[in-house]
Amino acid sequence: MKVELSAPNEAQMIAAILHGDTELYHDLIRPYEHSVYSMALSFMKNESDAEDVAQETFLKAFRNLGQFRGQAKFSTWLISITLNEARGRLRRQSVVRMEILDETLEEAGRVQSALLREWREVPSEALERKEVREILQEAIRNLSPIYREVLLLRDVEELSIEETAAALTVSTATVKVRLHRARMMMQKQLAPQLKTTSPKRRWFQ
Amino acid sequence: MIIECKHVWNYISGYLDDSLSPEIRELVQRHLEHCEICSAVLDSTRNILVLIADDRVFELPVGFSDRLHARLAREIDGDSLELRDDSVH
Repeated sequence: MKVELSAPNEAQMIAAILHGDTELYHDLIRPYEHSVYSMALSFMKNESDAEDVAQETFLKAFRNLGQFRGQAKFSTWLISITLNEARGRLRRQSVVRMEILDETLEEAGRVQSALLREWREVPSEALERKEVREILQEAIRNLSPIYREVLLLRDVEELSIEETAAALTVSTATVKVRLHRARMMMQKQLAPQLKTTSPKRRWFQ
Repeated sequence: MIIECKHVWNYISGYLDDSLSPEIRELVQRHLEHCEICSAVLDSTRNILVLIADDRVFELPVGFSDRLHARLAREIDGDSLELRDDSVH
């Protein structure tokens, strides 16, 4: 979605909502529906749980709007609520994967190079196919949470390294390390799979 | 100085974010020029990032917005008095 924020306008809307013009809340959140849902769907196993998480997130944000002080961007604040909501729901479902604590970069370099030579580029038209969208969603979902979060914020929502660090309350160095691993894991997972979904000819010529 | 493939792979993410130091970037660049495998790793990683940034990967289900705003409208009406009285932090 990648919305460019009009922060002053948002700040005014938030102030008005807090003064009782609650109707404005609908307009305030409209640009973020897609982001919040994407985050939720990459944590939950199905669309219906993801929709629940998204709804709860927007409600919680409304109820806590008085605590939003404008020190962060509204989008970043909303994302932290989404993450908490999704994590909480997963804990209750007890399907939290074990997080990989070892963050050395060594493993990330182990890539099956033979597979890669045959697949470099899948055209974005391929996203019209549900199968391809599902392969991508599944690959994101297969990452353990610390990698998934960083990849979502940086590469799906396209926040900067600094914004990603702020949303996750970790250092920028940690973001870079996790991001690197996450991207390499995505590539390792996806290269063989996407290869089989694209026609034989090379697209980049 | 020459660097090996496994070292280049450690820099791929930084290369894509353009956050490498000029010296490292130069080393990686020179390696990529003659190494087909590393170029493929780089290209495929870049391609994956282009794909996952596309809004179509996570499409909103039909009726999502309507259901969301209907629920918000219901609950906000119920809460609006409490919100105005918000003094908790």
